[in-house]
Amino acid sequence: MRNFAYEVADRPDDAFEADGTRTMAIAGGTELLNWFRLGIAGPDRVIDIGRIAGLDSIEQSGDSLSIGALATLNQIGEHPAVRKHAAVLADACLKAASAQIRNRATIGGNLLQKTRCAYFRAEAPLPWGCNKRAPGSGCAAREGLNERHAIFGWTEECVAVQPSDPLVALAALDAEIELHSRDGRRVLPVGDLHLTPVEAAAAGFDAARTETRLTPGEVIVGYRLPLRDGARSAYVKVRERASYEYALVSAAAVVTIAGGRIAQVAIALGSVAQKPWRLRAVEARLVGQPPARDAVLPILEAGVAADARPLARNGYKVAMAARAAARAIVEAAA
Amino acid sequence: MANADEFRQTPRSIHFKVNGKPVAAEVEPRITLLDYLRDRMLLTGTKKGCNEGACGTCTVLVDGKRMNGCLTLAVQCDGREVTTIEGIGSPERLHPVQQAFIDHDAFQCGYCTPGQIVSAVACIAEGHATDADSVREWMSGNICRCSAYPQITAAVLEAAAKMKG
Repeated sequence: MRNFAYEVADRPDDAFEADGTRTMAIAGGTELLNWFRLGIAGPDRVIDIGRIAGLDSIEQSGDSLSIGALATLNQIGEHPAVRKHAAVLADACLKAASAQIRNRATIGGNLLQKTRCAYFRAEAPLPWGCNKRAPGSGCAAREGLNERHAIFGWTEECVAVQPSDPLVALAALDAEIELHSRDGRRVLPVGDLHLTPVEAAAAGFDAARTETRLTPGEVIVGYRLPLRDGARSAYVKVRERASYEYALVSAAAVVTIAGGRIAQVAIALGSVAQKPWRLRAVEARLVGQPPARDAVLPILEAGVAADARPLARNGYKVAMAARAAARAIVEAAA
Repeated sequence: MANADEFRQTPRSIHFKVNGKPVAAEVEPRITLLDYLRDRMLLTGTKKGCNEGACGTCTVLVDGKRMNGCLTLAVQCDGREVTTIEGIGSPERLHPVQQAFIDHDAFQCGYCTPGQIVSAVACIAEGHATDADSVREWMSGNICRCSAYPQITAAVLEAAAKMKG
């Protein structure tokens, strides 16, 4: 690991100089230290925002829940108000990583983790092409081992997926993210924070390297979750071992049931794209159905298959995503 | 950027406690807690396995919470209290978790054992050692490639019961 200058921030403003390349902000560091080791990042200067007072609070006020960016995944997962009002987020946090990683990992940094693509996560210099690591070098995963890659929103430049669990839950909950910078404060829907390569290219950015709408020097301060009366939620994470493993596919569902039928539903899929994949057209078609597998699965299967563009080795994700979403709806309503 | 380069070479002064003893250290910012404990303090009970947060064999307690030493910078421990396996029990008076690992033969090669024991001490303190499923879930951050998992689970449950009683 290259050495760097280290300083401690007392407040978010102290990190506005963190441009994400030469100067980087660190909190838990569970992701950043691995970037440093692999050569994914190599800053001259690191600003530790992990000690900023008050930024780890979790508070319910009226019909919303506020979560500070420095709250750890274990704090959120075990918080009574989160468990009661946003079970999907609590479950997603506790199904992420391991107990000891969750004691360091913060909800601010978690959303900025990068893909688990094995071609991307190799030690520099890379023996293969990766447009995220070296612009213009190609995408080894496009024709290579792409079992775990995207079925939505990819381009020839990059087929990676975003691996965060909490991000999927926050997208289904219609949460907002609060950002501070020298230019002031702004709020975005969490589901709009990330860009697929298709969206990045359409906006004129580098399709492989532009993963979020964050601007250099912008600091994630926290999240606000709207709480809806009667909403119930669940997170389903499908993986190759039962614990301490990234998702093959995950699904977050938030449902409101009236008279035994779905009155309102939000579904986000994880590990299928470079962002949490909301099934908005499908959500509208699910309203009025009973929250039973037989009723919702055909609608989900048709909806996912209509938009999916699987790669050579990940066609299984199309069926798995629909079934995970069906399970999440049934579990949420149970 | 001569100044930045100069600053990069400059060690940081930190003060923290390791196994109850105050430590004043000069560390390069890039040094992990794991490397500091092993290479500078010669506390080699904390093992280096994957060095990327995948195996848990470097698990230590920071302010009582279990964390991966390889994912923690030493400079981030300024003012904190670190407990390693050397601070848990003693050869004359083993910690109940250590005794339970012996009684249940909960290791084969032993490389993951210090991390397993530190993690188990925290798992029990957190209240997660309630049944076998919960222990398996909350101990999943500690990999045992000899696969002594059934014995580890039994040891953690027995130690939890003894510590309660």
